[in-house]
Amino acid sequence: MTSLSQDCDKEKLRSVSVDLNNDSSLLIDIPDALCERDKVKFTVHTKTTLNSFQKPDFSVSRQHEDFIWLHDTLVETEEYAGLIIPPAPPKPDFESPREKMHKLGEGEATMTKEEYTKMKQELEAEYLAVFKKTVQVHEIFLQRLSSHPNLSKDRNFQIFLEYDQDLSVRRKNAKEMFGGFFKNMVKSADEVLISGIKDVDEFFEQEKTFLLDYFSKIKDSTAKAEKMTRSHKNVADDYIHISATLNSIAADDNTALKQHLEKFAELLEKLRKVEGRVASDQELKLTELLRYYMRDIQAAKDLLYRRARALADYENSNKALDKARLKSKDVAQAEENQKQCLLKFDKLSESGKKELTSFKGRRVVAFRKNLIEMAELEIKHAKNSISLLQGCIELLKVN
Amino acid sequence: MHFPSVFSSSTASPLPTLSDSAMDPPLPVSSSEPPKDIFSEPPADTFKDPLNKTSAEKAASGGLSKAQAAVPVKVAADEELDDLFSDSLGESGAAPVTDVLSAPQNDVIKKDIFEEPPKASTDLFGDDDDEDLFKEPLGAMTKKPQGSLFTEAKSEAKAARPEQSNSAAADLFTEEAFTVTPVVAAAKSSVNTSSKTNGLHSDEEDLFAEATVELSLDSPHNDRRKREAAKPSAPAPSLSASASTSKPQPKTLEELEEEEKEDTFDLNISVTNPEKVGKSTTSLSMFRSKQFTVRRRFSDFLGLYEKLSEKHAQNGYIVPPPPEKSILGMTKVKVGKEDPSSAEFVERRRAALERYLHRVVSHPSLLQDPDVREFLEKEELPRAVSTQALSGAGFLKMINKATDAVSKMTIKMNESDVWFEEKLQEVESEDQQLRKLHAMVESLVNHRKELSVNTAMFAKSVAMLGSSEDNTALSRALSQLAEVEDRIEQLHQDQASNDFFIFAELLADYIRLLGAVRACFDQRMKAWQRWQDAQNMLQKKRETEAKLLWANKPDKLQQAKDEIVEWEAKVSQYEREFERVSATVRKEVIRFEKEKSRDFKKQIIRYLESLLQSQQQLIKYWEAFLPEAKAIA
Repeated sequence: MTSLSQDCDKEKLRSVSVDLNNDSSLLIDIPDALCERDKVKFTVHTKTTLNSFQKPDFSVSRQHEDFIWLHDTLVETEEYAGLIIPPAPPKPDFESPREKMHKLGEGEATMTKEEYTKMKQELEAEYLAVFKKTVQVHEIFLQRLSSHPNLSKDRNFQIFLEYDQDLSVRRKNAKEMFGGFFKNMVKSADEVLISGIKDVDEFFEQEKTFLLDYFSKIKDSTAKAEKMTRSHKNVADDYIHISATLNSIAADDNTALKQHLEKFAELLEKLRKVEGRVASDQELKLTELLRYYMRDIQAAKDLLYRRARALADYENSNKALDKARLKSKDVAQAEENQKQCLLKFDKLSESGKKELTSFKGRRVVAFRKNLIEMAELEIKHAKNSISLLQGCIELLKVN
Repeated sequence: MHFPSVFSSSTASPLPTLSDSAMDPPLPVSSSEPPKDIFSEPPADTFKDPLNKTSAEKAASGGLSKAQAAVPVKVAADEELDDLFSDSLGESGAAPVTDVLSAPQNDVIKKDIFEEPPKASTDLFGDDDDEDLFKEPLGAMTKKPQGSLFTEAKSEAKAARPEQSNSAAADLFTEEAFTVTPVVAAAKSSVNTSSKTNGLHSDEEDLFAEATVELSLDSPHNDRRKREAAKPSAPAPSLSASASTSKPQPKTLEELEEEEKEDTFDLNISVTNPEKVGKSTTSLSMFRSKQFTVRRRFSDFLGLYEKLSEKHAQNGYIVPPPPEKSILGMTKVKVGKEDPSSAEFVERRRAALERYLHRVVSHPSLLQDPDVREFLEKEELPRAVSTQALSGAGFLKMINKATDAVSKMTIKMNESDVWFEEKLQEVESEDQQLRKLHAMVESLVNHRKELSVNTAMFAKSVAMLGSSEDNTALSRALSQLAEVEDRIEQLHQDQASNDFFIFAELLADYIRLLGAVRACFDQRMKAWQRWQDAQNMLQKKRETEAKLLWANKPDKLQQAKDEIVEWEAKVSQYEREFERVSATVRKEVIRFEKEKSRDFKKQIIRYLESLLQSQQQLIKYWEAFLPEAKAIA
C-alpha cells in the first residue's frame, strides 16, 4: 500500500452534489492523486477563461494541509464573514482499512488461501473507495469555491490554484494547535452566550432555531446511517467466508452435491459483490450526503454566529456611544465605531440572508438528486441479485 | 356425537390455557416444577427417571399427575398396575419412590397423593387446574366437563373396548383414526378422555401435552402413509379410552390436562413431512380423514431416539439424532413467556423435531420399527424404560462417551477395506468443515440481525430529520424514506431468520447426523474388535491344546477341544456379524450421502428463494419510493 495512483474518472457520480452554476469560466477538478504513507498528493487541474490567471489550463500538486490552509484563510477573512464558507474536506482517513488489513494479516492462519485473497481484495476495494471518497471531497471543496461569485475571486484561492511550487504551508505547531483549540472553546462559549439573545430579525431567528435543530438531527442520522452501512458490509463479508468454506467442502465432496455446492458458492461470491456495492452506494449516496450537509450546516451556523457577534458588537458600540455622549468624551470616535459596527452588521445580515436562502435551495436539490440516485441504485442492485438468484435456482433445479 | 360438542367447548378453553401454561413455567402449584419437566429438558429427566414408571409420567405432567400416578399405584394398584406394568412392571413400584426423591414436585405430589389416595383425580384436579387449563374453568368447569367427558369417554370406551381388546396396536390405530376425527376436534377434552381410560394413559398424557400426531384413517396401519398432523390441543386418545379402566380415567384426565398445560408442542406429521403446529393454535383444519394426531413431549422424542439407537445402532444403522436439549432456551421459555426469544426457541425446536421425525420415517428400516409406529400413532405412549435412561442421561452419556473414546483409541484396526478408511476420513473432514461453515452462517445471522437493528435506528432518525425539515416535499420524502427503511428492517429480520432456519439449522442437523455416521463406523470397529478378540482367544485355546498335547494330559484335552470348537463358532459368527455390519454401514453411508445431497439441494434452493423474495420486496419498496424522491422540488 505504498502508493496508489488513482485515475479519477470524471463521470463518476459525485457523492455530494453542489449547486455548481454552469459558469465555465473557472473549472476545477482533481484528476489524479497519489497516496504516500499518510500523505495524499492531489493533482489540482484548472481550466479557466479568466484573465486573472496567467494560463488557461494548468495543474498543481497540493496536499490536504494546503486545503485546510485555504479554508482557514477564507474563514479568517473579514469580508467573507457574511458568507457560508464551504466546509473544509475531512482529513483522509485510511485508518480503518489499514487496521482491517492488519487484522486480516493476523487472521491469515485461520483462513483458506482463497478466502484470504478474497478478503484482501475486498479490503483493497474498500481502501480504494476511501481513497476515491477523499479525492472527491477535496474536489468538491474547490468546486464550491470556484462556483461562488465572491469566493472564486479570492486571491488566496487563486494562488492555491496557480502557484506551481509547493505551497509549503507551515503545519500548525503545538502552540497554534492549542491556540486554535482555545479559540474554539471561546467561540463555543461565546456562541452559547450570544445564542441566548433573541434576534430582532425574524428570518434569522427562525433560521437559527431551524439550523440548531436540524444540525442535531442530521448528526444523529449520519451516525446511524454510518452504522447501518457498516453492518451491511459485515453481511457482505460473511458471504465471502461462507462462499469460501462452501468451496472447500465442495472440493472434498464427490457426490452430486459437489456441483450444487460449487454453484451456491459461486453465487454467494457474486452476491457478495452486489451486497458490497449496495453498502458502498448507500454510503456514498446517503451517509456522505448527510455528513456533508452536517458540515455545511455547521458552516451556516458559523455564519449566524458571526452575524450575532456583529450584532452584539453593534449593541456594545451603541452603549459605548451613549456613555461617551454622557461624558461628552470621545464622542466622534464612538460614533464612528458605532457606524462601522452597524455597517458591518447590516452587510452581514444582507449577505447572510442571501447565503442562507441559497443554502436551502442547494440542500433540497442535493437531497433530491442523491435520494433519486440511491433509490435507482438500490433497484438496480436488487434486480441484479434477482437475476443472479434466478439463474442459480434454475441451474440447481435442472440438475 | 357428545364428543364434538364437548370437545368444541373443551378445546377452546384448554388449548389457550395449555399454551399459556407451557409458556409460563412458574405455575402456582407444584405444577411449576412439572411444567419444566414437561418442557424439554427437565421434563425429560423427570420423566425418564421416575416417569418411566407410570408414576413418572404423572409427575411430569405436574406434581398432581405424579400424585395420581403414585396413588393409583398404591391404592388402585390393581387396576392401574397392569397398565403401568406393561411399560415397566417392577418399575412402577419403584417409580413412585424415585419420583418423590428426584424432585421437589414429588413433595407436592406426595401430599396430594396422601391426602387423596383413591380418587386423587378430583383433588388433584383442583391443584392441577390452578396451573393451566383448570384455571379458567376451575373446579366447576373441570368437574362439569370432566364429568361429561368421562361419561362420554366411558361410553366410548365401552364401545371401543371390544375392538380394542381384539387387536392391540392395529386396533388402536384404527380406533384412533376413527375417534381421532371427533376427538381431535375436541382436542383437549379428547385427551382427557383417553387418558382416563388407560392407566397407561397417565404416561401418555405427558406425551400428549407435547405433540399431537394425526394419523390418516385410510392407511392407518401403513407406516408410510402415516400422517401426523399436530394439532395444538387435539390429541386422539381413542385408543387409550378403549383400554382404560373406569377408575384410572378420571385421574388420567387430570393428568392429561396438566400435561397439556405444560407441553407446548403439537406435532403435525404427514407421511412425507411432519409438521408441528404451534402450541396455541386451535385450528383443526389440519385434520383430514387420513390423519391422526397424538401429542408428544420433547422427552418422548428423545426416548424414541434412545429406543431406536439401542436397537439399530449396533447393526450399523445411522439413527438420526434428535435435537439437543437446551437448558438455557428451555429456562427462558419457562421464565419469560412474553420474551420473543422463547417463541423463537419453541419454533426452532418444533422445526428441529419435525425434521427429526421426518428423517426417522424416511429411513426404510426405522420406519418399520414398531416403536416408531407407536410413537406416531399411539394415543398414549407408554413410558419406555429406555426413556428413563435419558433422565440419568447427561452423566451416563458422558461416561459412555468417555469409555467409547478410550476404547476407540485403544482399538487399532488395520483396515482391510480402503473404502471405509476413505469414507471415515471424508466424514471427519466434512464434520470440521461443516462446523466452520455453521459458525460462519451463525455470524451471518448475527450480522444481519445487527443490520436490521441499525436500519431500524436509522429509520427512526430519518423520520426525526424529516420532521425537522422545513421544505415540505423534502420532509415528506424523508419520512417516506423512513418508512422504506422500516420495511427493509423487517425484511432483514425475516431474512436473518431464514438464514437461520433454512441454512444454519440444516448445517446443525448435519453436524449431528455426521456424529451418527461416525458412530456407525465405530460400531463396525467394535464388531471387528469382537471378531479379533475371538480370534485371539481361539488362538490361545489352540495353544493350550498344543501344550496339553505335549504335556500329555488327556483329561483336560477334551475340554480344550470343546472350547476350541466353541470359539471357532464364535469367530465365524463374529466374522459374519462384522461382515453384516460392514455391509450395512456401507449401505447406510451411501444412503446418507444421497439423502444429504437431496436435503442440501432442497434447502439451498429454498434458501435462495428466500433471498430472491427479499430482493423482490426490496425492489418494490424502492420503486415506491422513487416517485417520492422525484417529487422533491
